[in-house]
Amino acid sequence: MKKVKIKIDNKEIACAPNKTIMEVARENGIEIPGLCSHPDFPPKANCRICVVEIKGIKKLMTSCSTEVQDGMEIKTNTERVKRVRNLNIELIFAEHIEKCPDCIWNVNCKLLNLADRYDIKIKRFTDRKDERKIYKFANAVEIDGTQCIDCRNCIEACSVLQNINYLKLKGKGADQEVVPNKKNGDKKIDCIYCGQCAVHCPVGAAQEQSHWEEVEKALYDKSKVVIAQFAPSIRVSIGEEFGLPYGKIATNQVVAGLRRLGFDHVFDVNFGADVTTIIEAKELLERLADADNKNSKVKLPMITSCCPAWVKYVEFYHPELIPNLTTSRSPHIHLGGIIKTYWAEKKKIRKEDIVVVSVMPCTAKKFESAREELKVKNTFPVDHVLTTREFAWMMKRGCVNFAKIKGEQADRPLEEHSGAAAIYGGSGGVMESALRSARFFACMGDRKEENEICKLDLDFKAVRGLKNVKETTVLVAGAKLRIAVVNGIGNIEQVIENLNDYDYIEVMACPGGCIGGGGQPIPTTDEIRKKRIAALYQIDKNKKIREAHRNKGVLEILEWLERQGELEHSVLHTEYKKRI
Amino acid sequence: MNILEEIKKANLVGRGGGCFPTALKWEMVRKAVGNKKCVVCNASEGEPGVKKDGYLLENFGEKVINGMTFAIDFLSVENKCNAEGYIFINHKYYKKFGEKLNKIITSNKKYKINFFVKPNGSGYIGGEETALLNAMEGKRVEPRMRPPFPTTNGLWNLPTLVNNVETFYNVNLVATGEFKNNRFYTISGDCLNGGVYELTDNLTIEKILKVTNNYPKFDFFVQVGGDASGEVLNSKQLNKPASGAGSITIYDTKKYKPEEMFKKWIGFFINESCGQCTPCREGVYRLNEMMSSDSLDWKLTEELLNSLDESSFCGLGSVVSVPIRSYRRNVMTINFI
Repeated sequence: MKKVKIKIDNKEIACAPNKTIMEVARENGIEIPGLCSHPDFPPKANCRICVVEIKGIKKLMTSCSTEVQDGMEIKTNTERVKRVRNLNIELIFAEHIEKCPDCIWNVNCKLLNLADRYDIKIKRFTDRKDERKIYKFANAVEIDGTQCIDCRNCIEACSVLQNINYLKLKGKGADQEVVPNKKNGDKKIDCIYCGQCAVHCPVGAAQEQSHWEEVEKALYDKSKVVIAQFAPSIRVSIGEEFGLPYGKIATNQVVAGLRRLGFDHVFDVNFGADVTTIIEAKELLERLADADNKNSKVKLPMITSCCPAWVKYVEFYHPELIPNLTTSRSPHIHLGGIIKTYWAEKKKIRKEDIVVVSVMPCTAKKFESAREELKVKNTFPVDHVLTTREFAWMMKRGCVNFAKIKGEQADRPLEEHSGAAAIYGGSGGVMESALRSARFFACMGDRKEENEICKLDLDFKAVRGLKNVKETTVLVAGAKLRIAVVNGIGNIEQVIENLNDYDYIEVMACPGGCIGGGGQPIPTTDEIRKKRIAALYQIDKNKKIREAHRNKGVLEILEWLERQGELEHSVLHTEYKKRI
Repeated sequence: MNILEEIKKANLVGRGGGCFPTALKWEMVRKAVGNKKCVVCNASEGEPGVKKDGYLLENFGEKVINGMTFAIDFLSVENKCNAEGYIFINHKYYKKFGEKLNKIITSNKKYKINFFVKPNGSGYIGGEETALLNAMEGKRVEPRMRPPFPTTNGLWNLPTLVNNVETFYNVNLVATGEFKNNRFYTISGDCLNGGVYELTDNLTIEKILKVTNNYPKFDFFVQVGGDASGEVLNSKQLNKPASGAGSITIYDTKKYKPEEMFKKWIGFFINESCGQCTPCREGVYRLNEMMSSDSLDWKLTEELLNSLDESSFCGLGSVVSVPIRSYRRNVMTINFI
């Protein structure tokens, strides 16, 4: 492609066309501030703080929405630009009620950073939004109108990206407000708690309902054994909060960080993911075997259920698909249940004295963990869920220097895991893990042909990547399994319309899967999603065992559970209910 | 007859206030890629003090609609498609003239022209040409990002020609050889003979006031091009044509205090801002806050106006500064200091 030559602040730059001035400037180390732009959406150009001067154009132009053209001469920091940009920042600042002391953005606040960098007067205007409402969605997400700067990213995330359309704009002018939209015509709408609004909000107005204070309380409580378990995807994203490069694998640092915060034990949810894979792969084979039986109640396609936002989507929008969801619990619920039964018994600790805290990339996991039907012997497997951001905030608050911390191993005996567990955090990962094991279980018989299949490559590359819907066929037990992987809930309806074309479907509500979850570090963009995913496959590649069914620790616990009667089902399986 | 050539020869410009060359706009829509094209007549007339479009619809509805049919024909033939026509009309005008206009439309079955009544409360911004497209599509009534322009990506993303009522009226005159370089002026305020007048388009404001017997005998100032966004001039500055939508509003100087004028303008804009961009949503809010209190800080006001002028999302935000600045410059310096 032919390059265009432009000048930014007198610096000559050759760049690809079709890029915005902001993109080119940032690639060349010239910082232009911006609050409303996000690469996931077309530019909206409503914050007006990225204005620049372009030679020959009378008005100032927004660099987020103006594409470079050959010969353009751009100035980003003239007195004229400063005058407008700084006032616009100041005006935005006055929309946002500072709740700094307990705001998880405290040490990394975009608005404060802008105020600081551009020397903005922050007290000239009075706060104008202190009467605004805070809308809470279950225990997972909230939109705090007192902090909103009207950039509308949350609405874009909820509509353009996720196609849920739960958030809408009410009123106009200075009175406009983001509010929940419970009905669209005759169609009822509800939040699925995915948190994409939060991960796209530049100022923490849309954010997780925080639970770090409750966790801190538990940590101070000497009568409790407080356990942290961390999700597959957070190890490749948490570093970003501390200036480490995108896609940095920080498994052992996460363990060390959690111990510094005072957790008594730290477990890796990857162990739970191996449990999930085995349960799910077995269920898939059972369903396939049963499919020919006319009296069978089980349904195909089987659909994954580890994503709690997706589960909520089914329960509210498509309850007819409830029988299609795998009954397998999700990895952190599996592990939480195992901690409070198997591990508690081994350690001779009463389950009532154990507090399990999951560190998740997800806001919907907060909702999931409070689902009554997940209780094991009247106790919730997981007591609190923190997002990646909350975990980072706790470390910052506690002065844990994550970037420099020396790595430590997770607690035994629940620390071992397969490569298959590692990839749970990316779109297609659950599918790939389940296929690795399903194929193995299916050919444990002695037919030669199937034994051949067992020697096949473990990589199912067709299910990887950021494509909206990934489809392929895979040979399992001599049969062609038709599979689909839905990357982002915004792409689900086209697959539901053609449900009978598939035998097995993975759905993750967030684009990219959990690595792009609503609780992940901000920003999260496709470029960053790719790097986080690549890191997960790196972990998988380097693992000695790459299939869940080769995790001896998991097999041992599954055997133990088998001997416990009803408890087994209670720890491993769950049910769903219509919520409309 | 080549209508485009005729329009070019007549030097028609948009009469919504923007004065964009009409032939150029038609050419852009013609050249735009698309199997289907739209023609929209903007009859929203949301700017206070401007009444000429209503006057034209009342008295020359047929000519306005004929003007539209020339555009529909032009785009249909040029692009081998059936271009569709829409009249985007404010509620008041629709109630008054809708029936009559509908009869004219239905009497000619060759053309499909539909009414779209401007949604309630969409006021001033609803007349902005991309905001009206949003309104017609059932979206929030706000200006769209440009580019792309309506000429290539307009109604339902189709190439769309949006022209003002008076522009289509003029197109009809050009086509029938009756165009005489006239335009319609709305005169109102402290005058005896307010109303809409058809006069040549090169008259000075002073001349217009004189020939219509509206030139005041008292100390006065005028606002030209709309009571909200128009420029304010003192009585010695009237030796130039009436700009924008061609309205002249006369104010008796002794009747209006500066604070009242500012409050009136900002009071209008705070109700009409769509809220999309920071300088307009927040800037006008802060201006209003200051105007409502007793502490008007001119330095800060000027900063806010500058931001509106320089960085608003749409043209309507940029013009907030026009009445206030021109009033200060042209009237206050003479009469109040």
